[in-house]
Amino acid sequence: MTASTIAGAPRGRRYFFDERTAYWLMVAPAALLMAAFYFYPLVQVLWISVTEPKPGLGNYAQLFTSASIQRTIVTTLRICVITTAVTLLLGYVVAYVLVHASPRAQRWLFLGVLVPLWISVLVRAFAWVTLLAREGLINTTLRDAGLIDQPIALIWNELGIVIGMVHYMIPYAVLPLYANMRDIDARTISAARGLGGSRFYSFRRVFLPQSMPGIIGATVLVFIFSLGFFVTPAILGGGKTLMIAEYISLQILDLLRWGLGTMLASTLILFIFVLLAALARVVDLKRLFGAG
Amino acid sequence: MADEARIGAARPTRSLGWAIVLFLVLPITIVVPVSLTDQRFLSLPQDGLSLRHYINLVQSADWLSSVAQSFVIALGSMVISVGAGTLCAIGCWRIGSRWSELIRVLMLVPIIVPTIVYALGLYRLWVQLDLLDSYFGVMLAHGVTGIPYVVIIVSTSLASFDPRLEQAARNLGASVPYTLRRVILPSILPGVISGSIFAFIHSWDELVLVLFIASRAIFTLPRRIWDGINEHLDPTMAAVATALVAVTAILLILDMKVRRQRSE
Repeated sequence: MTASTIAGAPRGRRYFFDERTAYWLMVAPAALLMAAFYFYPLVQVLWISVTEPKPGLGNYAQLFTSASIQRTIVTTLRICVITTAVTLLLGYVVAYVLVHASPRAQRWLFLGVLVPLWISVLVRAFAWVTLLAREGLINTTLRDAGLIDQPIALIWNELGIVIGMVHYMIPYAVLPLYANMRDIDARTISAARGLGGSRFYSFRRVFLPQSMPGIIGATVLVFIFSLGFFVTPAILGGGKTLMIAEYISLQILDLLRWGLGTMLASTLILFIFVLLAALARVVDLKRLFGAG
Repeated sequence: MADEARIGAARPTRSLGWAIVLFLVLPITIVVPVSLTDQRFLSLPQDGLSLRHYINLVQSADWLSSVAQSFVIALGSMVISVGAGTLCAIGCWRIGSRWSELIRVLMLVPIIVPTIVYALGLYRLWVQLDLLDSYFGVMLAHGVTGIPYVVIIVSTSLASFDPRLEQAARNLGASVPYTLRRVILPSILPGVISGSIFAFIHSWDELVLVLFIASRAIFTLPRRIWDGINEHLDPTMAAVATALVAVTAILLILDMKVRRQRSE
């Protein structure tokens, strides 16, 4: 009974299980549910990708032969890179201001960052449609003001997708950046300033390097979330600009091409895990995802 | 950060920061005036405010049934995620071995893997188990994908809980279930409630899985909004969006109250 020597021998009523078994029994429901209803279906996706329509790597060969797949992958990567870059830039400014704000201002800024996170992703996408559509509020306002004759194409294209995705992703960038910047010792900046460094010089040479772990973490987090993002790109792309998640759903739900769909899905997760494995060498992943 | 060492951000940076936060919040608020428009298309009110789109909404059997379905499903899946997730977090925290750490890490996988990938596998499994288009099927799917969030939130609560309290209770002869119920759970309750709210919203807002594993019998709110955006874009949608924003705000205030209690 190793457990009871750790916690002291329990007196009183005896139970059928020893203590350690009891704690494992508590872990069991979640572990079993996840194994049966999460990991098993996930493995099945990999399995289908090499067995349907016929066994072998035929589905994967299409990565190198199909022009429409290659176009979708390139579009996805382009949109994700742009989204990540813009998100990081804006998120960095917000996190920087947050860290340096008074407690009162901080509370309001935090509320502004967290509220969108809680609001339905569909509501957020719908709000952008209302604003950006051909007959949307921005175009009609500009037209009524006499600034434009023709509506500007703000939506149903890559621009619309990037706007919606950046809006969605900024909070996910701000949180890890803020957590990192909070740990930077402000005295190092004071010292740099005291020694005659300009505000910008102290930022670039002292603050920025110390915030690198936050930048790397936020970049990968946002990039990975962007890669498999479905709702916002599907709504703001209007079916014309296809990203990989929508392409997969199209293959399965409309065309019933299971081999192709699962191949792309498997490629997507393999790519993500390779990225994460590379990242794990640089930053603490568990901390990044909030389980540290 | 030490207060005397704080250097405020330069004014232009500060303004830019606030502007970006406004960019996050303001676009969402546009749904409120649009929902009050007197026109039949998406626009700002022209001649006056009107509640007709709200009346449309509450008179629509389709929308109401979707709200009811989403609510029942979110509640059911919340019970699954919170029950399994809380126990798992406590168990892993108490065991603290390499294996329990591994389980906690595996719990992160659903957050990283895009839902679309999981949806494909789940669809196939649900065909085999005859769970397609059923309440139980959707609840189970949402419940399982909600577990990771609950584990993370409850683990955070446990990190600040003094394990000696638990050991003291055990040494005084309390059984494991008794200690769990009377010592551990009460002190991490705010975390469990926080996790519950998160699990509820996770299901309430989930679309991708529903698109795959439900069809006619189960038509949740996100699915109806999705159809609305893709097919008939009208101010009723804005009324729905406004109502959802209001509900979210209420839940958020609730969550903040709970957190404040915890910090006191």
